[in-house]
Amino acid sequence: MSTLTPDPVTTTPATHLPTYDEDAAPAVPRSALGKPTPDQRFARIGSWVGGLGLAWLVTQRLLPLDGLPWFLIAWFVLGTAVTAVTAAMTGGLVEVKDQVAESVITGAALVVVTAVLSAVVFVALRGWRPLTNLNFFTDDMSGVGPKDGFETGGILHAILGSGIELGIALAITLPLGIGTAVFMTEVGGRFARIVRTVVEAMTALPSIVAGLFIYTVFIVALGQPRSGLAASLAIAVMMLPIIARAADVVLRVVPGGLREASLALGASRWRTVWHVVLPTARPGLATAVILGVARGVGETSPVLLTSGAAGFLVADPTDGAMNSLPLFIYSTVRSGEPNAITRAFGAATVLLVLVLVLFVTARLLARQRTGPSRFRSSRIRKGRQ
Amino acid sequence: MRPRKLSRRATGADAVFAHGARAVGASVLVITGGVGVFLAWQAYPTLQRYGWSFFTESAWEPDQDVIGIAAVLVGTISVALVAMFFAFPTSVLMALYISEYAPARIKSTLVSLIDLMAAVPSIVYGLWGFFLIMPHAAELALWLHKHLGWIPIFDVRGTDPDAATWDTTRYVASAFCAGIAVAMMVMPMACAVMRQVFSQTPPGEKEAALALGATRWGMITAVVLPFGRGGIIGGTMLGLGRALGETIAVVLIISPAFEIKPNILEVGTSTVSALIAGRFGEASPAQLSALLAAGFVLFMITLVINTLAAVIVNRSRSGEGVD
Repeated sequence: MSTLTPDPVTTTPATHLPTYDEDAAPAVPRSALGKPTPDQRFARIGSWVGGLGLAWLVTQRLLPLDGLPWFLIAWFVLGTAVTAVTAAMTGGLVEVKDQVAESVITGAALVVVTAVLSAVVFVALRGWRPLTNLNFFTDDMSGVGPKDGFETGGILHAILGSGIELGIALAITLPLGIGTAVFMTEVGGRFARIVRTVVEAMTALPSIVAGLFIYTVFIVALGQPRSGLAASLAIAVMMLPIIARAADVVLRVVPGGLREASLALGASRWRTVWHVVLPTARPGLATAVILGVARGVGETSPVLLTSGAAGFLVADPTDGAMNSLPLFIYSTVRSGEPNAITRAFGAATVLLVLVLVLFVTARLLARQRTGPSRFRSSRIRKGRQ
Repeated sequence: MRPRKLSRRATGADAVFAHGARAVGASVLVITGGVGVFLAWQAYPTLQRYGWSFFTESAWEPDQDVIGIAAVLVGTISVALVAMFFAFPTSVLMALYISEYAPARIKSTLVSLIDLMAAVPSIVYGLWGFFLIMPHAAELALWLHKHLGWIPIFDVRGTDPDAATWDTTRYVASAFCAGIAVAMMVMPMACAVMRQVFSQTPPGEKEAALALGATRWGMITAVVLPFGRGGIIGGTMLGLGRALGETIAVVLIISPAFEIKPNILEVGTSTVSALIAGRFGEASPAQLSALLAAGFVLFMITLVINTLAAVIVNRSRSGEGVD
């Protein structure tokens, strides 16, 4: 440090740049703000370790509380208690409350995550065995009994049925749902408010009632057989308000400035909607539709009432009973045979994977919303010509 | 010279667009509104024929001309209440964890996880509830009966909790077991709404609370919870609406019983949707009308609850541009 001190006699006053000191001790890194200090971290981890020991003592030595659940409950309660005590040693009631709240909230989050993972892992674990046979994906269940092994029979008919039913339902709900949303947000007026009220009210329709409606109208009153078409109509009745409402929410958050800019440039309302509003909302709309599809593909109750469960491949939706994945799972698991139940779990795993794929697609589409895409600008250029 | 007349009337392609959109809106109104009107119209003869006894009679025996939804309504509400008992605290705490406690790295993962959980088909939760949870739920039910059996809702008739070997069959397939599976379905819905509202808490107010020396929990109770109260109530009611209408998980788990029973741990209950799913197949037109009436009542209940939820969420301070 002595090199930095100027000599007052021999030098004129000037600015001295500090030189790098090779021998100095390395600078102490500043502890990050907001992060717990080592003391706090020790108290927190130590409390939970102490709670673990106490829990072992209480459940294994003192009280007759056998089993993992009791141990975990005891660990949580005692760990929270020890946390409270250590907080009380350094602070007052406020700190105790803070620490206890933090442990309870973190504990609840852990419970939720465990529950979700347990559901997914449990279904996959019970259902992986049929999935290893290729015929599970390429075969149907015609001539296969509930007791037969996994080397015969498959769920191709259920997958195809789900696909066809959803395809028809989407062909109905997509134009109607997004068209209604465009009407509600872009045209407006008193009539649009009525439509919005009714659509919002109908999102409350329980899915089984949608199925019962189609069953009463289409099958009982019109005398049609149970078929894939009836199932698609039931799914469509259920999905239409959901998609219309979700699309409405997405269109409503399109900035009004974009619309006004387009109109001010002389574009007609129709061109504004087609070239400005819809492209801007495209990722959001895709997300809304895909989440609606994920809801529709897993809904069992409307299909249960309307389609009938066929054990064989049906490709024509108007031609009698048609199976679908949720219905296949439901009817197979109800048979009570161990092999059939495992098969149902296999189908449930397929359904879960399907929903997961749809969900991830929706997420990826929702993410890419920044920057003007090449697609959009080329469309605008084309519109100008 | 008079100024040129301005007309807001759409012309050309715009007129086609406006009228086309109006036509689409009208057709959707007819379809969706038609379902509601049709249900009411079909339910009317049943309601007229049975009158108030439709709501007070608990048996469902169309052969003896005795039809009432008292038992299934009580069952529906008890399943939904059990579901909310589990779903409400977990969804509030999970939403708080995501918005206030979660490290930034795992926050978006948790949000996706909750959304994914909402997209998981109900049949999967039904399988989960039936095969994985029900045996454990029965043990929990036995424990509750043993220690809290003096509370009427925890009583299980026809079995002795202190017997050497306990009668498992009395504790399974109950409203309690079904409620747990339904809770898994409604939790993510409620949690998503709450998380959204919590995340809209103005950061300035949160920082002000922290700068004044509040602990994190102090900040939550002083700023986040009052701000998100509408979201908490609204999300809970949305979840409740879903819980009332849930079918397939309930059908898988419960064993049907037409009896007004407050004993939620005891085997056997029924809900409106389970009644429809179980009875539509062999129903004659008159019975179908009765089922439609039951469905209409269910729809009305969920409609009222959802509307209240929407009003409460919209009324809350959340979402307003607070700077």
